[in-house]
Amino acid sequence: MKYVDEYREPHLARQLLTEIRAKVVKPWVLMEVCGGQTHGLLRSGIPQELEGVIELIHGPGCPVCVTPVEAIDFAQELALRPGVMLTTFGDMLRVPGSRESLLSVRAQGGNVRLVYSPLDAVELARQHPEQQIVFLAVGFETTAPATALAVLQAAQLGLQNLSLLVAHVRVQPAMEAILQAADCRVQGFLAAGHVCTIAGCDSYEELAARYQVPIVVTGFEPVDLLLGIKECVQLLESGSACVRNQYQRNVRQEGNPHAQQILSEVYVVADRTWRGFGTVAAGGLSLRPEWQHFDAERRFQRCTAALPIDSSECRSGDVLAGRIRPIACPSFGTRCTPQSPLGAPMVSSEGACAAYYRHRPLTGTQALSNSELGTL
Amino acid sequence: MTTAGSPPSCPIAEAPGERITLAHGEGGRLTRQLITQQLLPIVGNQILSSLGDAAVLPPVNGSLAFTTDSFVVSPLFFPGGDIGTLAIYGTVNDLAVSGARPRWISLSLILEEGLPFAVLNRVLQSIAGAARDAQVVVVTGDTKVVPQGAVDQIFINTSGIGDMIRPAPSGPSSLRPGDELIVTGPLGQHGIAILACREQLGFEPPPTSDCAALTPAVDLLREGGCPIRAMRDATRGGVAAVLHEWAACSNLTMQIDEALLPVTAVVRGVCELLGLDALHIANEGVMVVAVPEGWGVKAVAQLHQLSLTAAAAVIGRVTEGTSSPVLVRRGIGTYQPLDEPLGSPLPRIC
Repeated sequence: MKYVDEYREPHLARQLLTEIRAKVVKPWVLMEVCGGQTHGLLRSGIPQELEGVIELIHGPGCPVCVTPVEAIDFAQELALRPGVMLTTFGDMLRVPGSRESLLSVRAQGGNVRLVYSPLDAVELARQHPEQQIVFLAVGFETTAPATALAVLQAAQLGLQNLSLLVAHVRVQPAMEAILQAADCRVQGFLAAGHVCTIAGCDSYEELAARYQVPIVVTGFEPVDLLLGIKECVQLLESGSACVRNQYQRNVRQEGNPHAQQILSEVYVVADRTWRGFGTVAAGGLSLRPEWQHFDAERRFQRCTAALPIDSSECRSGDVLAGRIRPIACPSFGTRCTPQSPLGAPMVSSEGACAAYYRHRPLTGTQALSNSELGTL
Repeated sequence: MTTAGSPPSCPIAEAPGERITLAHGEGGRLTRQLITQQLLPIVGNQILSSLGDAAVLPPVNGSLAFTTDSFVVSPLFFPGGDIGTLAIYGTVNDLAVSGARPRWISLSLILEEGLPFAVLNRVLQSIAGAARDAQVVVVTGDTKVVPQGAVDQIFINTSGIGDMIRPAPSGPSSLRPGDELIVTGPLGQHGIAILACREQLGFEPPPTSDCAALTPAVDLLREGGCPIRAMRDATRGGVAAVLHEWAACSNLTMQIDEALLPVTAVVRGVCELLGLDALHIANEGVMVVAVPEGWGVKAVAQLHQLSLTAAAAVIGRVTEGTSSPVLVRRGIGTYQPLDEPLGSPLPRIC
């Protein structure tokens, strides 16, 4: 398969590993921002190969994981209301809210429909004028243009029965929040390739300069990831805190202006609660005032409040912020598994806990104690 | 008996828009008409058409294998098959991988009130065609009609009997370290076809199910003299589910290599797009076979004689037990545990 196979080429990957090992003079701490990258790394065994050479910290870039509990609870509440159909992406169905998941709500008779595109929700609204269709809009800059397009389409069609429960997040403010933390150990970022496809790389220049961290826009296949690591190491060792694009087959410097234009037509930057992080300044998107009649939070009254979550059981907040590795959580693999997840990162195919559960290495890191490797 | 492809002679089916009513299931004249005018012309034969309460089967030598399965697929019709072909091949394959020659099959239909006769007719034609292809005879059956909403159009149960003309494979508890693991065809075609069709994903050309009888493949392995430790059709849960089951039965580890897995470009493309693993996706015409060390190449060469199994490949081997029941060698060469499938695969969002 073109654009995939050549970036999974084992010989090329091995060669890059050798080059990285030869180049590194100290064990730099890099954070891969996106959960898709975390899975790519663990799936191909790169952290094992680079153990003691480079330290990789897993970033917060899993939209499902950072969606606030309040949004999930509200979505569940809406799904159980007569005349409401709650639509969302497949990954959201298993994510636990403060009480349960959308899957269990569906089993109780809640009207929950999995869609593959926000435009499917528009189509459902067209087909079911007697029902209120709510789309739980999660995701980073990657998914937000499509939900913005859904709003524009619904407006064009004059649909009165579609609304969005918006939980969109922006990745750069979260990177900044990580850099601002007193215990931050991140020395370089592998920026999320797909987010940059939309948002471009320009805005990273200032971040890199202000915090003196190199930022390398990186893809998701083993060779992409290794090229990103190699570039980041090169920048660190030459002492240059600048931005590089190692994902040029998808990312243009300016991003996708058309998608950016649709985004700014529908959404405005806003503070947002991130699960595990708290409020991130400018960390999300909200509907612009002229589109607020599409806002599910305005259309429907919320009845139940989210229950407080016992953080001693699930340390997903620390995992998302890169403070601990998933295996350092006392519940990992015992009380918390993909079958019965306590936290969102154990559910999602972008979640770091799920990545460790699925691809945990047989030897090496697993054999070491949590105190040796678990806490960063 | 009506031959395949000939137009149905039944006046009920020809009436435009005619639908199943509850009265068709109440045992009276309409039930009789449904059976004699709709069902028997398509699936009838000497035994079934006698309409006895039970089928009387000819004597056989040796042991019998008996299996049952229910079919509730949505949508009823999909590229490469429909609920009718599934209902026959599913049960036939359960018998075939148990080492039996499939012989007789029962057919129980639960129909939803309001089902168009044209739909029933199409499903029955598929059942008749698949039964002919798999050389099984529908010898007994039943029809029930339930109110609208109680089932989704048609649910089918089939039970099958086969005779053990040859000794059965000894089964997964007989697996030994060194045994070679084979899959007989490209992975995940059925599950991806259903997903694409059900969710109207709009792939062009549409992914096609592999729904087919495995009996000829089993025959080829036997004819080639290949000793078989275990055989299993890789239906729900895909090849991963079979390997996990074998690992649990044998207390050994199933070790496979991602690079050796046969996967079509279409299935691979859909899996890449939706973040699915073809090892977890259902098949309806693929089995996993374990043969003793040294027999893999011979077994695969035998299987390559048949178009259904032309992509058969040795994908790995059985090893001494490790902490992981199933290991897959991925990407740059590291072995990783393979998940046991968990519910139906849900696509990721980005």
